[in-house]
Amino acid sequence: MTDYALLLIGTVLVNNFVLVQFLGLCPFMGVSSRTETAIGMSFATTFVMTLASLLSYLVTTYILVPLNLEYLTTMSFILVIAVVVQFTEMVVHKTSSSLYRLLGIFLPLITTNCAVLGVALLNLRLQHNFFESIIYGFGAAVGFSLVLIMFSAMREKLTNADVPTPFKGAAIAMITAGLMSLAFMGFAGLVKI
Amino acid sequence: MSIIMNILIAILVLGVISALFGALLGYASVRFHVEGDPIVEQLDALLPQTQCGQCGYPGCKPYAEAVANGEAINKCAPGGEDTIKKIADLLGVDVQPVDDNHEQDDSSQSNRPKVAFIIEEDCIGCTKCIQACPVDAILGAAKQMHTIIIDECTGCDLCVAPCPVDCIEMRPTPETIQNWQWDLNKIAVKQVN
Repeated sequence: MTDYALLLIGTVLVNNFVLVQFLGLCPFMGVSSRTETAIGMSFATTFVMTLASLLSYLVTTYILVPLNLEYLTTMSFILVIAVVVQFTEMVVHKTSSSLYRLLGIFLPLITTNCAVLGVALLNLRLQHNFFESIIYGFGAAVGFSLVLIMFSAMREKLTNADVPTPFKGAAIAMITAGLMSLAFMGFAGLVKI
Repeated sequence: MSIIMNILIAILVLGVISALFGALLGYASVRFHVEGDPIVEQLDALLPQTQCGQCGYPGCKPYAEAVANGEAINKCAPGGEDTIKKIADLLGVDVQPVDDNHEQDDSSQSNRPKVAFIIEEDCIGCTKCIQACPVDAILGAAKQMHTIIIDECTGCDLCVAPCPVDCIEMRPTPETIQNWQWDLNKIAVKQVN
């Protein structure tokens, strides 16, 4: 049990996908201009990442490994992710049309979010078992959401700040992201995984 | 032989996985089907689907929704007049010209500074325009043909009215390497936050 808790904390904070492993930077930059959108994106990504790591574990363990088809992992993971994203899009469209409008074009972009594929591939490389895979996927998504929401809150403040003209817009956002990444380096060594 | 078998197995496995996921998505699309607004669907079908955002909406679908809610129908630059006509037919409203702000070809020619031009064959040498010119940009004498010193002319129009034979007209200055200027304001810059 402690192992799982450590794995979760380690994934969320120490090996944060965005700020330490630099995965999923495009939604991190693209969807963070408003907190409301960021929260929506976070929920969608959390759902997709957890489900995708679960499904990709099942696909690897019960289909690819017994048939000696490990070289198909990347391809089949992309397939799994695309399906999960499509599924999520349909569910979101049905259940919450306001969230659907808010996420708009970003929802299909989760398909190409490298963090999602990264979780699936890292699960394989780190030889996680079923529950570890789910926790790793969930932890990665929580870490992504945490950073995305914090970053969007900061960017909302930044729009009102008196930023020097050359740094306005994306430039100051990049600098902020860099400083956040530096701050997250402080967690290094907190948990060994 | 075993290589071919391996490839066949790989294709078969991926095909089976895809078919399974396809079935899942097919079921989901029926289960989570959302009734769209039919008029929005029709409008969306008329729009060019370039998703260019020149109308000020994040894509063709949002613009279609906005048109259905009473937004102006003439904001689609890529669609041009054809699209406006079709939308007007569908909605039963008047055709409007493409909105200037959203017209595709820039009308830079008409915005260029103008200078006076004397049609020299018609000039009778009355000197009235010389007296009217505030900057002494007209060269000529009584009963002699007049001409404009283009570099001096400010394009003030004052010489046009006094001419008894209407031989002065305002022409846009041709754009040359010498007088071409950076005009960065023409490029619509959007502040990215």
